[in-house]
Amino acid sequence: MPQPAFIEIKNLSVGYTSRSGKSILVLRDINLSITRGDSIGLVGESGSGKSTLALAAMGYFKRGLHVISGQIHFDGIDMLNIKRNALQRLRGGRLALIPQNSGQSLTPNLRIGQQITEALRLHSNIPATDFHAGVIDLLSQVRLPDPVGLTDRYPHELSGGQQQRVAIAMALASNPEALLLDEPTTGLDVTTQGHIMELLRDLAKDRNLAMLYVSHDLGAIARVCNKVMVLYAGETVLTGSANQVLLSPRHPYAHGLLASIPRLNEASLPQALDGRPPMPSETITGCAFADRCKLADQTCRSSPPPLDHLESGETVRCFHHYQIGQLNRKPQKSAKSNPIAACKNSALSLSNLSVSYSQPGLLSKLFRSQDIPPSTVERITIDIKKGETLGLVGESGSGKSTILKTIAGMVPAQSGNIILNQTEPLDTMVEKRPAAYLRQVQIIFQNPDDSLNPRHTVAQILAQPLRLYYGLSGTPLRDRSIAILEQVRLGEHYLERLPSQLSGGEKQRVAIARAFAADPEIILCDEVTSALDVSVQAAVLDLLDALKRQDGTTYIFVSHDLAVVKAISDRVAVLYQGRICEIGPVAAVYSAPFHPYTDALIGAVLEPDPDVAPRLTADDVVELSPPKTGCPFQRRCPRKLGSICETNIPPAQKVAPGHIIHCHIPQGDL
Amino acid sequence: MTLSSASYQQEKGRFVPVMKDILARPSGRIGLTLVFLHILLALLSPSIAPYDYKLQNSALMLSPPSTEHWLGADHLGRDILSRTLMGGREALLVTGIATPLAVMWGGFIGILFGLVGGRVDEVLMRVVDAFLSLPWILKMLVLIVTFGTGIGVLIPTLTFFYGIPVIRVARAATHDIIARDFVWAAKARGHSRISIIWRELLPNVLDTLMVEGAMRWSWMLLAFSSLSFLGFGVSPPTPDWGLMISDARGFMSFAPWGVIAPVIGLSTLIIGINLSADALAKALGIDRAQKAPM
Repeated sequence: MPQPAFIEIKNLSVGYTSRSGKSILVLRDINLSITRGDSIGLVGESGSGKSTLALAAMGYFKRGLHVISGQIHFDGIDMLNIKRNALQRLRGGRLALIPQNSGQSLTPNLRIGQQITEALRLHSNIPATDFHAGVIDLLSQVRLPDPVGLTDRYPHELSGGQQQRVAIAMALASNPEALLLDEPTTGLDVTTQGHIMELLRDLAKDRNLAMLYVSHDLGAIARVCNKVMVLYAGETVLTGSANQVLLSPRHPYAHGLLASIPRLNEASLPQALDGRPPMPSETITGCAFADRCKLADQTCRSSPPPLDHLESGETVRCFHHYQIGQLNRKPQKSAKSNPIAACKNSALSLSNLSVSYSQPGLLSKLFRSQDIPPSTVERITIDIKKGETLGLVGESGSGKSTILKTIAGMVPAQSGNIILNQTEPLDTMVEKRPAAYLRQVQIIFQNPDDSLNPRHTVAQILAQPLRLYYGLSGTPLRDRSIAILEQVRLGEHYLERLPSQLSGGEKQRVAIARAFAADPEIILCDEVTSALDVSVQAAVLDLLDALKRQDGTTYIFVSHDLAVVKAISDRVAVLYQGRICEIGPVAAVYSAPFHPYTDALIGAVLEPDPDVAPRLTADDVVELSPPKTGCPFQRRCPRKLGSICETNIPPAQKVAPGHIIHCHIPQGDL
Repeated sequence: MTLSSASYQQEKGRFVPVMKDILARPSGRIGLTLVFLHILLALLSPSIAPYDYKLQNSALMLSPPSTEHWLGADHLGRDILSRTLMGGREALLVTGIATPLAVMWGGFIGILFGLVGGRVDEVLMRVVDAFLSLPWILKMLVLIVTFGTGIGVLIPTLTFFYGIPVIRVARAATHDIIARDFVWAAKARGHSRISIIWRELLPNVLDTLMVEGAMRWSWMLLAFSSLSFLGFGVSPPTPDWGLMISDARGFMSFAPWGVIAPVIGLSTLIIGINLSADALAKALGIDRAQKAPM
């Protein structure tokens, strides 16, 4: 006997009116019902309408958006025709939201205890005398260490993961029956994310919640949700159980999306999903996905496919879903077969590089104070060969970006050497480097929205390095710009556009084009795909790989995403607190023997497969500074040997040619 | 790569869309109309003024509005309509030159301070703060008393003093931009400081500077009229609103038309500029809290 729906959305269409007076749909005819105990994952690329739908379930619409047709019921209450104060009681009461960035949703000048007390006062019926006990109870439910001590702290004193837990505790204060989660773990470290997912999973089970989980991360969805709904261009294209959707997707879009996710158990680059979703303002005559679909034919372009209800319980919006088998994976690309990688010449060598952000003041120098904090990055020695891709992985605060900034000359090195092409020292700051060296090191940044000047056209953006390094102007400049744009698979017609007229993937391609315009020896990639959608990420990785093969460029690829690093790198260095834990060829680092930290990281990765559970070995306490002596990982290590880890720097154990693990545990036991 | 033409519109520069946006707002329509009319009047008034502005007629002294002299005559029997029509010329000329100059130098210094940062910026900004803490009229009178009156002194004086608050605004706007990755990228490529200011910072600070300039223009007009009122602005018999108000204020109880006409002239221009600045700020998407006069 099926339970009655707890949240029921029927034929919902939401839209806005454009400046020209046209009505533009953001959500089209959505049906969704959630029962108690269900958790539904909403999946889609940015702009697919997933957040709009989740907020609609609370009866909330962003400014300018309005309901065009349809109904939203919450436990029988009509959310679209409800009095304002009744709605206010529901929100945060029976229906709670956990937002993406809780660091920003907590009031910075209120102590944690006060914030949760407020939630209790507004949304629960426990007597005021029990508030303190209630707060402690909530904080321990979200598994925060030392709940009593925590009540007196301010949000900024907590790590990102702890803030997210506090946000969850606040949402639970009202004892809600339904939880809406909008990308609650995006931006958190892998191990932290793993722990939060387990917490959410247990909470949903214990409290029999109805959950709506919005995420672009299919790994997280796989862990928490039992049903999944895939949105494309504001339409439902596929619904089904988590197993059905994630393991054998019946819609070409979902299929492509899953294929574009880099996975730990694969050595090759993921398959890119070409093209981009239509903008809400475009008129679509047939299937919205037809332009990007390999199964599309004439019918798909002329008439919109209906939502088919299959016997298996899935619903699919596709004419050709029974042919989905034809889409099976292409023969894998010759993964990263890199002829130049064999080259023995060093492109960049870092020796004993240390970086410290805290300058010891005059007083501490005079009195030889012992309080000098340990340096952020310490004794990094890596030799990067020409044409090689070195991946740097680690959680936030591991010093990955600091190393890149030091190589780029944006942050001074405290000690150690950086040598370019075996002879050219890069030990000065960028202002003092000779122009010839500058050209050879280029950076691609994480977020193209931030790294491209919003007031410059693509032509002006590309002209910057071309003018600076090659003195080009006029027709040669334009010709060269066009050639570079074509290399990154964009055409001449992009020259006159501004970044705001490009999609996220196109922007990142322009940023890549700008780096390659200098024809550099080394490109520093700082989390270049983390701001992009998965499907776009695959295309960008593919482009970077192709360009490398063509030009023999050396990459240093920094990312927190282990699967991405695995897909693109030849060699990987695992960093913790600015110290190398493990370094070696990709295949060796991602398989046993492991450094305990590498093991914890790999174990925490969430695969988009409901049957794979993460192994969470290390706890998710975030350390703000490295320990003064011994192993950097000593405080979190699940396999700590004893005092030796606290006093002695772990030895470099060579477990295989080129594979080095810094650990006290004997080689055979790792 | 397929690309939909619907999502992409040719960028025809920003002037046309911003202008359209301004004119779509009532404040922009009213403001720009007022400013435009005033500029038109300033240009045409010598040929459309019914009488010579300096022609004195003792028979008409303080006479009320009549069919011949629509706004009456002042204490020297000069036609108020003619004088009011021409009274904005000097003010518009001086402030029209001084405002862009003030925004340019203040903007450049502000961006430079913002880019350099650190201790130099800290110290120099305290100097700017100290400067701003003095009442403006005092500082200006010192210069004017030292160097004398006239356009040759007024323009540099106004340019200098009204550029100082622009430094603060430009510096603050630069601070928002400077932390963004495209500035880092330019630094990492090894661009010179001038190139970074010119190519990366200025285009992004320009919106703020334009709005600031529009606001400064109205403050400067007010300052110019105040100086004239005090007798440090234009010299008689040149017609000027500030001077006219000053001359006529003694007779306000029995000949108010002498004050009312220039007051309307001055206030419509300032209101027009303020409304336009407001619409410009909204069209450019800059949140601007109402600023107090310095």
